[in-house]
Amino acid sequence: MKVLVPVKRVIDYNVKVRVKADGGGVDLANVKMSMNPFDEIAVEEAIRLKEAGVVSEIVAVSIGVKQNQETLRTALAMGADRAILVIAAEDVHTDIEPLAVAKLLKAIAEEEEPGLILLGKQAIDNDMNATGQMLSALLGWSQATFASELAVEGDSATVTREVDGGLQTIKVTMPAIVTVDLRLNEPRYASLPNIMKAKRKPLDEKTPADYGVDVAPRLTITKTAEPSGRAAGVIVADVAELVAKLKDEAGVI
Amino acid sequence: MAVLLLAEINGGELSADQTGKAVTAAKSLGDVTVLCASAGCADAAAAAAKLDGVAAVLCADDAAYGNGLAEPIADLIVSLAGDFDHIVAPATSNGKNILPRVAALLDVMVISDVTGIVSADTFERPIYAGNAVQTVQSADAKKVISIRTSGFDAAAETGSASVTSVDAAGDPGLSSWVEDKVQASDRPELTSAKVIVSGGRGVGSEENFAIIEQLADKLGAAVGASRAAVDSGFAPNDWQVGQTGKVVAPELYIAIGISGAIQHLAGMKDSKVIVAINKDEEAPIFQVADYGLVADLFDAVPALNDALG
Ligand SMILES: Cc1cc2nc3c(=O)[nH]c(=O)nc-3n(C[C@H](O)[C@H](O)[C@H](O)COP(=O)(O)OP(=O)(O)OC[C@H]3O[C@@H](n4cnc5c(N)ncnc54)[C@H](O)[C@@H]3O)c2cc1C
Repeated sequence: MKVLVPVKRVIDYNVKVRVKADGGGVDLANVKMSMNPFDEIAVEEAIRLKEAGVVSEIVAVSIGVKQNQETLRTALAMGADRAILVIAAEDVHTDIEPLAVAKLLKAIAEEEEPGLILLGKQAIDNDMNATGQMLSALLGWSQATFASELAVEGDSATVTREVDGGLQTIKVTMPAIVTVDLRLNEPRYASLPNIMKAKRKPLDEKTPADYGVDVAPRLTITKTAEPSGRAAGVIVADVAELVAKLKDEAGVI
Repeated sequence: MAVLLLAEINGGELSADQTGKAVTAAKSLGDVTVLCASAGCADAAAAAAKLDGVAAVLCADDAAYGNGLAEPIADLIVSLAGDFDHIVAPATSNGKNILPRVAALLDVMVISDVTGIVSADTFERPIYAGNAVQTVQSADAKKVISIRTSGFDAAAETGSASVTSVDAAGDPGLSSWVEDKVQASDRPELTSAKVIVSGGRGVGSEENFAIIEQLADKLGAAVGASRAAVDSGFAPNDWQVGQTGKVVAPELYIAIGISGAIQHLAGMKDSKVIVAINKDEEAPIFQVADYGLVADLFDAVPALNDALG
């Protein structure tokens, strides 16, 4: 079985995000970019399935700017076999919407015919939590979101999902879309020899036009602002002072 | 303008809190019709009909809707969508599972985690774990939006909307339910609690988490946790607060042995009063805390328990 793993290039999760003073978005110039942490978990899961003999080939896909090559090289160094880059924007600040991404992935899935598509449950930049669900709808495939356990058994898979009330286990027919949550696995670091090897693995470059997909946004961002901040309060000396403050000053207990 | 709002139903029971808060947010958009989709949805529909701001309730009663599976419920919503300009749900794990699927089937872009409604087509939502707030205007014919409920008031329950049954839309049979692992608890729900006591990696073990729970019970609070505490097995996943867990805004949030990573702050920084107990005076949690106590939690929390009598 072939697995498709879409990966997004996002601001590194350790970097402090700065909103541009003119309200025109978040500053991404000269900022450290990395693979979306959830997508790393998706890549790792695909590799584990390959190591277990369930998967024969892992195709990593990225949609965005030319620099997404680096993200794909990371996926290849971790263990993906080949990569497809769809260059859909020139400016790193252009975020391709999940609907357009899902349409491109649908076209790629129709060409590649994977048995499983593993995606991160959300990207830590736009926090939309949508691409997997949208892709599943467009393909008419089964959908298992927020996975913390995945077992592929022939023509079905059993997925444990992290939901508000706890955990839910469902069984999905293959081909399936699975979006992964943080506790599914701990992604490996690529070793130096594997990073070297990844440079020689195939990476195809495409454009949205190759797939006949219009990536024009449906949403216009009219403003990006800093959230209303909160100031640090006081340091209390001991538990007695804390209780007194909560009772008398804040009135919350 | 008319709004179709997917009710939050778990195990046949309406979450009046999550559904009602979404109704509060959505009623400025037009008449709100609440859709209850469940296996045996009469009770949930009756409860939804009482929520203030609800104009009508639709009840879709079918076994296929009993466990929140995305495919059949999305198909149901699409079958009803013709009459509505806005399709709304609370941004619960159910809402986040189902709404993007609905949006794609309607060929519109979903707008997730809306914290503010500016007008019928313009919405505010946090991005980058709440480090920025974006205002977006949708050019789509229908708007499909999930509401981050923590910023909206619960609806009073004095209404009396009419309930109508609607036909099920069939089950594509793509997935099936196996089991739910839900912990029964007498404590308030995290997302509606007035007080939350949360523990982090500093608590050290599942056994030690008992002191967090003891304090919570003394305060009638819900218990929360950081990702590190959940990952380490100290606490179940549904206690996680943050960018990828629950977003809460109680009157009082007490963070114990939590450093205050941006991803954790994303889930609790709109709390009215924040207390931090941490032995490291440099911990970033103190930058957002109204009251900070620099202390070993194993001294401070038992002392706090005693002080509260
Ligand atoms: C994509 C992504 C999503 C994430 N989503 C979330 C999320 O939703 N929620 C979340 O919480 N995190 C999330 N994280 C993880 C986050 O980055 C932090 O790693 C996590 O919040 C740290 O948890 P912590 O504060 O409990 O642990 P630590 O950062 O290890 O802090 C432990 C604290 O306990 C204190 N301490 C230790 N012993 C004691 C003692 N005896 N007495 C008092 N204080 C003590 C220490 O001083 C320290 O400040 C996410 C990360 C990523 C990459």
